[in-house]
Amino acid sequence: MINPWILVGVFVAATVAGYFIIRRVPSLLHTPLMSGMNALSGVTIVGALSATGIAVLAGEGAAARIIGDVAIALAAVNVAGGFAVTHRMLRMFKQNKKKK
Amino acid sequence: MSVVQISISAVLALLVLCGIAMMSKVKTAVAGNLLSALSMLAAIVATLWFNDILDVPSLWTMLILGFLSGGVIAARAKMIEMPQMVACFNGLGGGASALVGMMIYMNWGVQAGSKYAMFTRSTAMLAVVVGMLTLVGSAVAAGKLQRLLNQRPVEYKGHNLMVLSLLVLSLAAIAVGTVYGGNIWICLAALLLSGLFGWVFAIRVGGADMPVTISLLNSLSGVAGAIAGMATGDILLVAVGGIVGASGLLLTQIMCKAMNRSLGSILFRKSPKITVKPMVKPATVNPETIEELINNLSDMEIQELLDALNSLTGEIAGLRKELAALKGAGVAAEAAPQPEKEETATDVLRKAKDVIIVPGYGMALAQAQHIVKQLADRLAANGARVRFAIHPVAGRMPGHMNVLLAEADIPYDDLYEMDAINGDFKQTDAVVVIGANDVLNPAARNAEGTPIYGMPVLNVDEAKQVIVCNYDLKPGYAGVENPLYTRKKGVYLCLGDAKQTLIQLMKDL
Repeated sequence: MINPWILVGVFVAATVAGYFIIRRVPSLLHTPLMSGMNALSGVTIVGALSATGIAVLAGEGAAARIIGDVAIALAAVNVAGGFAVTHRMLRMFKQNKKKK
Repeated sequence: MSVVQISISAVLALLVLCGIAMMSKVKTAVAGNLLSALSMLAAIVATLWFNDILDVPSLWTMLILGFLSGGVIAARAKMIEMPQMVACFNGLGGGASALVGMMIYMNWGVQAGSKYAMFTRSTAMLAVVVGMLTLVGSAVAAGKLQRLLNQRPVEYKGHNLMVLSLLVLSLAAIAVGTVYGGNIWICLAALLLSGLFGWVFAIRVGGADMPVTISLLNSLSGVAGAIAGMATGDILLVAVGGIVGASGLLLTQIMCKAMNRSLGSILFRKSPKITVKPMVKPATVNPETIEELINNLSDMEIQELLDALNSLTGEIAGLRKELAALKGAGVAAEAAPQPEKEETATDVLRKAKDVIIVPGYGMALAQAQHIVKQLADRLAANGARVRFAIHPVAGRMPGHMNVLLAEADIPYDDLYEMDAINGDFKQTDAVVVIGANDVLNPAARNAEGTPIYGMPVLNVDEAKQVIVCNYDLKPGYAGVENPLYTRKKGVYLCLGDAKQTLIQLMKDL
């Protein structure tokens, strides 16, 4: 287990870095940005996988397995759907060809 | 967690950051999104590998099931439904984080021997609360956007007290859970309380404030993930969750600024009223009862009645205007041979060399994007320069209007943000407003006390010639009359379904 302070530090650093990078995204792309972020918030799938996997190997009861499986499925829908729909949207943005 | 694992997490987090940075330009955005997606895939594989759980079959089943259904939903979604879609996905992410928090709190699936049991329990409980709040809040938001729930703000008796006490109780549940580990009842209580909190918090938000709510929920779903990461001790989860949290917060801030409202006023006080449609009942009440009724009314109810009266007056004024227009048309037809004919919207467009189109949510509702594109092409063929002015809150989520126009193949370099184009309305030959109202209401500059007062608007009223293709002249979401419609000179009203009106307009052109 990592020292909690390191985790909190990483959280703060990521938040600040994210804030400054995202500030450069123009409002033109805010909807795709948001749905991309949405997909990223499904990163919790990583936690769901490890917790469920370990629970299964440790022979935990049905409750643990079911909760874990549902968590994985929910997060997986979030991740796949989020990235796919972002991709669809971004592909629609086209430049004006007849621009002088 | 080994050094290798930590360095892989760090690298993946950086790759995700790069991917987001690439989202700031249209040209690199597609690649940026793919980079983020691949980093995520790598993170999943790495997790399975390092935890030695590659051979647990149920994980794979769930992964594949989830990926497939997510892909199918994404492929089917319509662009106008994007806000509810994003809200739904948000909710799923939040729900997953809540479940992960629950597992960690119950000590299911935790590597044995944690030195920081207290920290783990408190973060696990916090993940449960924030995740559940996100899940329920998003479900309510999606329901409102999909019109499954009442779109108007719903307010219960003592709403603020309810919000506050649920919040305090949820925090108390976290505190109790931090002290007593592994108790399923504490966990369920936290789920229930935070779920209720999510409900009362989201049910009070009205249609026009949805962009803010969705951005906020987006932020929360990231924060929930980050906290779940703290509970599981996963650096990557913490980092990515933090980034998502920051982005949601930033967008929330931008939306609030664009509407000139503070976040607090949206969440803790009443949202602006959507046009109230009063029920018409036969008047069989005697005067005394009415007096009694009035005396019993709260300030809020009186305000509601006043709003209703306002909107009714607006409707009547609109009807009168239509009637007058009809009469006028009749007169004009009779007096047809007269030499001096008044200019029509078509004449204005035919002569215009510089046109600004102002699209609003009404255009999207009428599914008129493609006709608008045709109109723009026709005007361009006529030698006109055509630009689109996009208000930051046009649509139902940040940047929604841009996506809707992009869907209709309108090139993105013809889309202009409000600040970039607001100075040009004065010089332009003609402005075409399509299904937009509040975002160009000049009343926002001086009508103190109205919900839109102080909101930055598009300076459409500065243009010499304005063609309004709206469904009717009723006030928009904010319920404030638009003085532009009664302007004597240079305003052409083409009322009705945007699609039909535009087709007619093009036919005449």
